[in-house]
Amino acid sequence: MTAPTAEAPPGGAQPGNAVLERAKDLSFWAEWASLVGLVLLVVIFQSANSTFLTSGNVEAMLVSAAILIVLTIGQTFVVSTGGIDLSVASTMTFAAVSFGLTYVHTHQLWLAMLVALLAGAAIGVVNGLIVSKGKITDFIATLGTLSAASGLALILANGKPTTVIDPLLLKLSSGGIGIFGYSFVIAVVVAVIAHVVYFRTRFGTHVLATGGSIEAAAATGVRTMRVKLAVYVIAGTLAGLAAILLVARVGAAEPAANTAFLLNSVAAVVLGGVSLVGGRGSIVGPVLGALLLTALTNGLTLVGVSEFYQPLSVGIVVVLAALLSRFQK
Amino acid sequence: MTATEDLLTVEEVSLSFGAVKALREVSLTLRRGEITALVGDNGAGKSTLVRCMSGIHRPDAGEMTFDGDVVTFRTPDDARDAGIETVHQNLALVEDLTVWQNLFLNREKTIGAFPFRLLDRRGMKRDAGRMVSALAVNVPAVTSRVRRLSGGQRQAVSICRAASFSSKLVIMDEPTAALGVQETAKVEELIRKLRDDGHAVLLISHNFEQVLRLSDHVWVMRAGRCVGGRRTATTTGEEVVGLITGAIPA
Repeated sequence: MTAPTAEAPPGGAQPGNAVLERAKDLSFWAEWASLVGLVLLVVIFQSANSTFLTSGNVEAMLVSAAILIVLTIGQTFVVSTGGIDLSVASTMTFAAVSFGLTYVHTHQLWLAMLVALLAGAAIGVVNGLIVSKGKITDFIATLGTLSAASGLALILANGKPTTVIDPLLLKLSSGGIGIFGYSFVIAVVVAVIAHVVYFRTRFGTHVLATGGSIEAAAATGVRTMRVKLAVYVIAGTLAGLAAILLVARVGAAEPAANTAFLLNSVAAVVLGGVSLVGGRGSIVGPVLGALLLTALTNGLTLVGVSEFYQPLSVGIVVVLAALLSRFQK
Repeated sequence: MTATEDLLTVEEVSLSFGAVKALREVSLTLRRGEITALVGDNGAGKSTLVRCMSGIHRPDAGEMTFDGDVVTFRTPDDARDAGIETVHQNLALVEDLTVWQNLFLNREKTIGAFPFRLLDRRGMKRDAGRMVSALAVNVPAVTSRVRRLSGGQRQAVSICRAASFSSKLVIMDEPTAALGVQETAKVEELIRKLRDDGHAVLLISHNFEQVLRLSDHVWVMRAGRCVGGRRTATTTGEEVVGLITGAIPA
């Protein structure tokens, strides 16, 4: 790297030109891609179909975004250290099956929820140990657990879905505060806590330092391997939480693959302006990215586009966002 | 000045990596309030010796006395806790973090009690501003990302980090190797300021003029041995070069 010899530019430019300067600055657009994209989609879909912004549809969208938001937050922590968790969706499936089986055998909802969280955390520990102690690339390690976790789910469930009917779960999936369903409220609470952890705690700083430069972080005594382990445990535990929301929504624990959730969680992180090599990111960005992807699928359905086009459109949006992110400074 | 003049004494320290004897019974001393230079050819063992002092390597044999106590550093943290800070050749800054975040990396100030311990961002920014302006000539804004700083400013931030937190000895490995003429001058100014503030400095450099300009004492290493030490005021560049190449026997 060649260091520029000029001094760093002073913080604020002249206020008059600031807005114009920002509009021209591609890095600004890259950083806020998810928000800009979301606003754009809302405008387009609303003008195409006026039911898009009705409270009923907004409520449905927020609820269906909740699971993706929770998964995306876990993914954000992992990606911020320069890793990637390809197993989030399978971990969720495994946790969902664990949840279903515990509930069926004990009929204790709280115990089943605890088991779901622990099952997710356990996969997270495995991921974290393979990456930090085993020194295996994140991509390969989690590719392995992706397959292993979905395989375990199939074995445990014997390939069959388990119906879970519980009044409290029903309330979780259908009740809410105003237009905000409980599952969305939970996702928002998780996001707020994650934001505080990310930006306001030593751990958050160490996550970013590990992703930014693992050598530099280690040289100052940051326990980078412990940080790597921790982010995978966070991602796993949040996948367990997402599993609870998923079972509440579907009414059953299915050993299904849920691949769309994996792709969308990575997509939301990219849309949210998190650097894929680590070291930079936010929580708000990926959460908006998850909302954008949900709005995209919902809007396309609403305007009558065949669902076959949805993966195509998600793919295009993600690649565009990744291209835009190259202009991030 | 306390009890003795010597801050760090290295006695008969040896270290081998397999069949390679990187250090052979090295003995030297560093005085308080002085800039001590360590010179030698590539592979002479300078970096290995420094790594022993900063806790990265553990000597196979020998003894180190720091600030009056015999010390054994198992990790870089041990050395840092004792008061030895190292400015690494590759700077060891995280480019995506801000100046204040780098200055306080792994030494973050927090407020509140566990599990609600949050970063004291305001306090850290304030102290970082004080740390940087006390030392640096070309002061970078503490809220700017390191990525945006010039080479000299980065070096200044690294040195600030090492100089703070009540360190007694600052080790610098080639602190001006990647810098231009003007920036080198500024960093040298900074090194003198460190000494004037009461820190002992161990300077590793390939630049003889710099060594003669800055240091109070020079130790020369050759093939894993410490072959001699001179007061800088009473030696010449030729003599130091002679010691390094072996033209002058130790």
